[in-house]
Amino acid sequence: MSESRLRVSDSDGVTLIEFVDRNILDEANIQAINEEITGEIEKSTKPRLLISFSNVDHLSSAALGALITINNKIREKTGELHLANIDPQIYEVFVITRLNKLFNIHDTTDEARAAFAG
Amino acid sequence: MTDANTHIEGAHVVELAHDREAIAGLIDHVLGQAEDLGYGNSAIFAVRLAIEEAITNAFEHGHEGLSDDLTVNVEYRVTALSIEIAIEDQGPGFAPERLPDPTLLENLAKPSGRGVMLMKAYMSEVLFNDRGNRVKMRYTLHNA
Repeated sequence: MSESRLRVSDSDGVTLIEFVDRNILDEANIQAINEEITGEIEKSTKPRLLISFSNVDHLSSAALGALITINNKIREKTGELHLANIDPQIYEVFVITRLNKLFNIHDTTDEARAAFAG
Repeated sequence: MTDANTHIEGAHVVELAHDREAIAGLIDHVLGQAEDLGYGNSAIFAVRLAIEEAITNAFEHGHEGLSDDLTVNVEYRVTALSIEIAIEDQGPGFAPERLPDPTLLENLAKPSGRGVMLMKAYMSEVLFNDRGNRVKMRYTLHNA
């Protein structure tokens, strides 16, 4: 079994996911991350995921694609996905691609936790 | 095939295998030259993103359905005024003008199709050859 690319912890019904890598760029790494997060989604009937980018310096369009796939899977299960701690340079990538309109993005994980419904 | 639009005069040329360490090593090398010449954090971020996208496109889309042993040709020239990079794959090429706009509402939830858009957003100039298997990108310092 390959080494995990994520740190995963559960608290108050929310699964917090953080990245081990500072750069989320290459296809193999992104595929591994996608599979791990998909595994977390499949564990729950109504997944509530909070993804923190606090350690992340760079991400590619393939990483954005994986996030979109994850978001679509969570919505299919009427769950919720919130993103937090996105570096300003990376946030600009979300703005350029208009994905800031698709995702629920918060400055901090505390703010994101407070935004979950119920 | 190179043409006048996508030619870089005096470029360094590297034949790049589909190997993550080789790709990361080359990008770090190019950006190291840029840092030595005084390019700042935002320039380095922009160029790293654009090169990553172009190399990913070359291997993942340009060589789709072809041998994974095929290499990609990378040319680069870093000066105090600009960073120029050309990336050429051995595939049949594509028509960049036919790419759908990923920012349209109906395309927002589609997981692919943002690479070329990001390259154009972050670089001063992005040009393709007629065949569509070679892209040349240039980053120019705004105060140059």
